[in-house]
Amino acid sequence: MTSLVGTRILLRFNLRRDRLMIPVWVAVNTLMVLSMPNTLKTLYGTPAERADLIHQVATNASFRALIGPVFDDSVGALTAWRVGVYAGVLAAVTSLLVVVRHTRDEEESGRQELISSGAVGRRASLTAALLAAAVANAVLALLVVAGLMGQGAVGALAFGLGLAAVGMVFATAAAIVAQLTESARLARGLTAGVLGAAFVLRAAGDSATTDGSSVWTWLSPLGWLENLRAYGGERWWVLALFAAAIALQAAVAYGLAGRRDIGMSFLPTRPGPSVGRLGTAGALAWRLQRGSVLGWSLAFFVVGVVYGGLTDGVADIVGDNESARRIFERMGGQSALTNAFLAAMVGMMGLVAALYVVGSVLRLYGEETSGRAEPVLANPVGRLRWATGHLVIAFGGSVLLMLVTGLGFVVGYGKEAGPILGACLVQLPAVWVIGGLAVLLYGVLPRAATAAWGVAGAVLLIGWVGPALAAPQAVLDLSPFGHLPKLPGGGMEWGPVLVLLALAVALVAAGLAGLRRRDLTT
Amino acid sequence: MTKAITVAGLHKSFGRTHALDGLDLDVESGEVHGFLGPNGAGKSTTIRVLLGLLRADSGAAQVLGRDPWKDAVEVHRRIAYVPGDVTLWRNLSGGEVIDLYGRLRGGLDAARRADLIERFELDPTKKGRTYSKGNRQKVALVAAFASDVDLLILDEPTSGLDPLMEEVFQRCVEEERARGRTILLSSHILSEVEELCDRVSIIRKGHTVESGSLADLRHLTRTSVTAELAGAPNGLSHLPGVHDLDVQGRRVRLQVDTDKLDAVLKQLSESGVRSLTSTPPTLEELFLRHYQDDEVAAR
Repeated sequence: MTSLVGTRILLRFNLRRDRLMIPVWVAVNTLMVLSMPNTLKTLYGTPAERADLIHQVATNASFRALIGPVFDDSVGALTAWRVGVYAGVLAAVTSLLVVVRHTRDEEESGRQELISSGAVGRRASLTAALLAAAVANAVLALLVVAGLMGQGAVGALAFGLGLAAVGMVFATAAAIVAQLTESARLARGLTAGVLGAAFVLRAAGDSATTDGSSVWTWLSPLGWLENLRAYGGERWWVLALFAAAIALQAAVAYGLAGRRDIGMSFLPTRPGPSVGRLGTAGALAWRLQRGSVLGWSLAFFVVGVVYGGLTDGVADIVGDNESARRIFERMGGQSALTNAFLAAMVGMMGLVAALYVVGSVLRLYGEETSGRAEPVLANPVGRLRWATGHLVIAFGGSVLLMLVTGLGFVVGYGKEAGPILGACLVQLPAVWVIGGLAVLLYGVLPRAATAAWGVAGAVLLIGWVGPALAAPQAVLDLSPFGHLPKLPGGGMEWGPVLVLLALAVALVAAGLAGLRRRDLTT
Repeated sequence: MTKAITVAGLHKSFGRTHALDGLDLDVESGEVHGFLGPNGAGKSTTIRVLLGLLRADSGAAQVLGRDPWKDAVEVHRRIAYVPGDVTLWRNLSGGEVIDLYGRLRGGLDAARRADLIERFELDPTKKGRTYSKGNRQKVALVAAFASDVDLLILDEPTSGLDPLMEEVFQRCVEEERARGRTILLSSHILSEVEELCDRVSIIRKGHTVESGSLADLRHLTRTSVTAELAGAPNGLSHLPGVHDLDVQGRRVRLQVDTDKLDAVLKQLSESGVRSLTSTPPTLEELFLRHYQDDEVAAR
């Protein structure tokens, strides 16, 4: 097989380049999974408490939409249920990043040309990229299996293999997308979109059924993971489904890869206008970011509509169940339940919007390190004006995102437009604090600018699994989102909102002051 | 004449590397000034300081009479810059980039833009990713030559151009000079520098080792002389300034410090000259001499 010559060297090279990235992603994922049994033991120590939890899951569609159905009351089963979807998403994100990084990224930058001119087979690069993802997923599976051994070896094996399989499904999906698009950014975005669709499909299916049997759930690889039923009477044949999907997608990717020229794509670039209309740094920034703003907005709107639509379902199912209704009436009645659901969902969207802001702010970093900022700044464009163009899109874009999310919820839910929009907008100060941190890092410590992703990731982790982990308040308080008033339902508190706003402004100002003073990195 | 660029004792370090170590540079208004030096000598760092992208650790730099760091925007209104490695946005066409840079500088001369695009044979509808290195440079060159500025800073602008385009580039530089514009041209293509530049500065390891007109610099170097004589040569080895003397019968080859040429010719004519070739020093030799000194010093 001459088309694979050089794969071994390239794989070693890929793993060397990923020596920080893969361990960090795998470690975060492993920690999230392995911390769960202890937490669950403290939270739901007795069989009665666990039965109660299962009852809640069975009766609460929104709960299931978020996390999925639960199949048994053992600690192992509850662990697989509680973190399954999110660990799967993390494995998928890790895999798609690794694959795109070693395929389309390399081609787009032109580095691939040099590699391919060596004694390297036509399919070696793709293989080495998939193998790097396979190594990451295998290590994840190994650690998870070993760590969950205490809860039962069979379930641990099923769960570990399931996570790795989800990772490889998205690794191979990314491999296909990387053949189609010319830009790595678009390849990552499209694959992430597929992952988002998989999440929404599973959520929709699980909100409708209590055992994961919905067609919608079966359409999603994340649904397969739950239907593997680790610790709940494992259905090993589901692994065959994973294997088939991975093999099929890999075959498609290999087929496409063998059929095209290097650097080219199946979605070719069309010629552009010979005369340009761009005339300011701000217009340039908008031109560069508008696609991503539109993509994010669309995704946020769709998710808003979907979860808005789920909101009524929560009330219906609870309405049918006497004991559940009593629990929720004690909490403040049905409206309190709906509000709690809405508040949780809106909060989640805020956390994701923070990722958008970080990505958008770091465009500055990308422009600077790629050398594209240099000729722009050699024009009579001050650094502040140049940066402001991108920052307006980052921070203004987050306003747009939360507005369309609210709009989506209103469309899906059909009532309470005012309170829902208010709840969406109240997330912004926390979103902006994360964005402000990104500006500060970029302005003052450009080499560490990408650490802003780490900050956003940590905040996401705290927001998603912190409460379930019963993390100490001091940890929860680290996230700006923890200080926001719980809307709708709770009372509006201006104090923390204003403090966060002031903090965001200070961070941005400090970052810009740093940018003005420092050397441009070249 | 006023100075377009004055740099004195410029220092700049990145961590432990001293990129600029007391660099001096003077560019007169209206001249084409060659800026030479081996790779890593600090040419691009100097240019980035002149553009206010980097802040010098110490020393003075003035561009068009202003501080390039403090008055960056004002200075940039009168400057056009072509980087050595032009990177474009993958989804913007060349034409869009040319017009963007033009508008940012306060407007392009549309007729000149069209003329330059034709002369450089550039397709302005192609998108950034699909241009070759040479074509990316053409995009930046068209944008620079079509704008109405006083100073052009060109950092190895022709490293990707073919000989025909190199020719077009040289004519454009001549035109700019005729309009009274100042050009700082960093280049490795010595024939280009010899062809175009009024004065050159050679830098090495972050400081200036030579600066002056080409004639001045030539004066400091050696001329190669090859002669066929009527009789056996004599006395040549005792003359001051003679190097690498090689006598084979009546054939003589030698190098002589250019200011001592006269004495050598007198000595040769005493033996009767049948044929004589004398090659003036090229910039390349000048450059190599400094470069080799560098290597000798490193040993």
